[in-house]
Amino acid sequence: MAQAEEVKHDQALPPYPEKATLEGKNKFLGFWFFLGGETVLFASLFGTYLGLRNGVADGPTSQELFHLDLVFYMTMILLTSSLTSVFAIINMKKGNYKGLLGWMWATVALGVAFLSFEIYEFWDYTVNYGLGFSTSAFASSFYTLVGTHGAHVLFGVLWISTLLIRYAKTGLTLTNAPKFYTASLYWHFIDVVWVFIFTVVYLMGV
Amino acid sequence: MSQAYAKKSVLWDWLTTVDHKKIGILYLAAGGFFFALGGLEAMLMRIQLMFPELGFVSEQTFNELLTMHGTTMIFLAAMPLLFGFMNYIVPLQIGARDVAFPFLNSLGFWLFFFGGVLLNLSWFLGGAPDAGWTAYTPLSSAYSGTGIDYYVLGLQISGIGTLIAGINFLVTIINMRAPGMSMMRMPLFTWSSFVASALILFAFPALTVGLLLLMFERLFGATYFAVEMGGNVVIWQHLFWIFGHPEVYILILPAFGIFSEVLATFSKKRLFGYSAMVFATLIIGFLGFMVWAHHMFTVGIGPVANAIFAVATMAIAVPTGIKIFNWLFTMWGGRIQFTTANLFAIGFIPSFVMGGVTGIMLATSAANYQFHDTYFVVAHFHYVIIGGVVLGLFSGAFYWWPRMFGYKLNETLGKWFFWLFLFGFHLTFFVQHFVGLMGMPRRVASYLPGQGLDSLNLISTVGAFFMAFAFILFAVNVVVSVKNKSEADPWDGRTLEWGIPSPTPEYNFAQTPLVRELDPLWYEKMHGNGKLKAAEPLDDIHMPNGSILPIIMSFGLFVAAFGLIYLVHPVTIIGLLITLVCMFVRSIKEDHGYHIHKEDIQNEEGAG
Repeated sequence: MAQAEEVKHDQALPPYPEKATLEGKNKFLGFWFFLGGETVLFASLFGTYLGLRNGVADGPTSQELFHLDLVFYMTMILLTSSLTSVFAIINMKKGNYKGLLGWMWATVALGVAFLSFEIYEFWDYTVNYGLGFSTSAFASSFYTLVGTHGAHVLFGVLWISTLLIRYAKTGLTLTNAPKFYTASLYWHFIDVVWVFIFTVVYLMGV
Repeated sequence: MSQAYAKKSVLWDWLTTVDHKKIGILYLAAGGFFFALGGLEAMLMRIQLMFPELGFVSEQTFNELLTMHGTTMIFLAAMPLLFGFMNYIVPLQIGARDVAFPFLNSLGFWLFFFGGVLLNLSWFLGGAPDAGWTAYTPLSSAYSGTGIDYYVLGLQISGIGTLIAGINFLVTIINMRAPGMSMMRMPLFTWSSFVASALILFAFPALTVGLLLLMFERLFGATYFAVEMGGNVVIWQHLFWIFGHPEVYILILPAFGIFSEVLATFSKKRLFGYSAMVFATLIIGFLGFMVWAHHMFTVGIGPVANAIFAVATMAIAVPTGIKIFNWLFTMWGGRIQFTTANLFAIGFIPSFVMGGVTGIMLATSAANYQFHDTYFVVAHFHYVIIGGVVLGLFSGAFYWWPRMFGYKLNETLGKWFFWLFLFGFHLTFFVQHFVGLMGMPRRVASYLPGQGLDSLNLISTVGAFFMAFAFILFAVNVVVSVKNKSEADPWDGRTLEWGIPSPTPEYNFAQTPLVRELDPLWYEKMHGNGKLKAAEPLDDIHMPNGSILPIIMSFGLFVAAFGLIYLVHPVTIIGLLITLVCMFVRSIKEDHGYHIHKEDIQNEEGAG
């Protein structure tokens, strides 16, 4: 109840607009299940990478490639983007729709920054180190794991931008609240996956 | 609104439908078609093996037939047919008006359908896949033609559909149950569908990754499976079986659910040991993820790993045994009616137990070296899949046909079908145990005369003809029984799906039912007035609008797959754009559905 009192609405919305309708509840639960499936997907990719990371053939090894400073920046950017998406959801719960939009745009911007770093990283490995997709089993599995994560970030950026443009002027409704909420769940998920990539791929690889 | 709805053509209605009942029927129709196709492939193989060194089909064609038979039967026949029943029956059994995600439900179907069509087009476009349904690397990655590309992309597309369907059922069963329908009052078919959906959710992504890797390896020069580049071929086997073993439980658990419904109904008793059945289902689902390496005993993963996976595999016999005994005790002292549906259920018990026993033999990892890749394995998995899943599908078909199509299948023809099919099935596969123990390897196009294999193979082929003939009887039955109109509750049923008018109204329940006990309809028959109690007053019913987007989205991926197979990038991009634009439209266009008015419902219910 204490939480409910803090909530101020610009319209007469119930306290948890993202879960107020059956449709919202279904979306919420279904999305958690989807993330469960995504967990297995990334676990399989991690397993493949761990099995192949020493299979470098004649190509460069991870020790020659990885620079923790670049990866540190990327990690900070993505962790910060998770924080901004939390601020967005807090604003949604407070009924501050402008705040929701603003923090979500910040999340998108940080996502784009992260992607730029990743594209630079892949370009650097390919051109300066000669690590092509076919160079070795290590190369293939590295690009597949990190690239699949990058593709998820890209999809998140496109998805959240679509929501932000579509609902720029509608205010919070029972229809779009679950959409923003699941988008933020998704964003946290790809952030968590990156924490594992940072640990398993980069920290164990330098 | 209802007038505008009536104007649409029948074809457009079926292409755009988001009604779980129509999607269920679409699954049954498409699954039935692929089942016939897979059966035809099996017949061609059995004819080839009828006599030693027969040249009926070439070795290459034989490899394609065996690959497509396995792939089709598992992915395009057994699973969709089960999805058909799950779609139609599960919402009715839990007292829901629809599934949680009607739009995604339709998308799941169309993805499966286009994936299946893509896979089968390979026959006409350069040859079908020929590396076995397991597509082991490096045979599939380095030594096979474009057929494998069709395999990879066809299964990828239909796999996405399956995953969507799994999530949909999980959410439906958790969120959409009628008042009073607690988890421990759910019918066993709903429970087993629930556990099977959870298995889909956690097993299919492993296949997705496996197929993704194989696609990158074949099309874009990745080197995961190229040993000379530091790759490892066993990774594919692990990924495939981490998916593949749960997959067999995805198939068998819903069939177990069907038998639990049928045996209870036709024994006129509530299911014996309901909670034990539920927990056995959950334990089978859990252990199903712990045993994948028993498919890999001869790969050389070491004696410790082999021993652990052998013991874990044998442990599954315990919950399965609990189920078998509970079915027997359900019949014990019951007033058993030998309808066709029940005959299939009763025939299942000994047939499946035989498959279980050979399963324990195969799980003995030391002995497995002798059985591996022989016809003994073929006999084993056909005993569990035909003796379990297919008998379950036919049992479910005869049981639920009146509910789904409004008419009863002919019982006399049905019994002929049952006996011919069961006889043919045992004739085909029982002898294969011995053929296998004598050393005949599976997946080989022929065998030499004078090795004691001739007559047993001939017997096996004769049995296959019995099964094919029996299936034709079933198809005839479907057609000739059309006039055999059925009442709403022809079997004196126990569960909610029999408590509503026939044909099933579009909105299922005019008023959401109130569930007071396990087997709610039976409870009302015994303790109430025989009708379901309503949990709400009669009111307008909200319905989702149909949509053409799912079929276009699936078609986009189908187009993109051709672009990938032939590496024509513009086609790939166009295909993906079609799908993405549809997703975009779906995301930004709010569709709040429509309402059926309470007066219309009253009229319809009164007339029914």
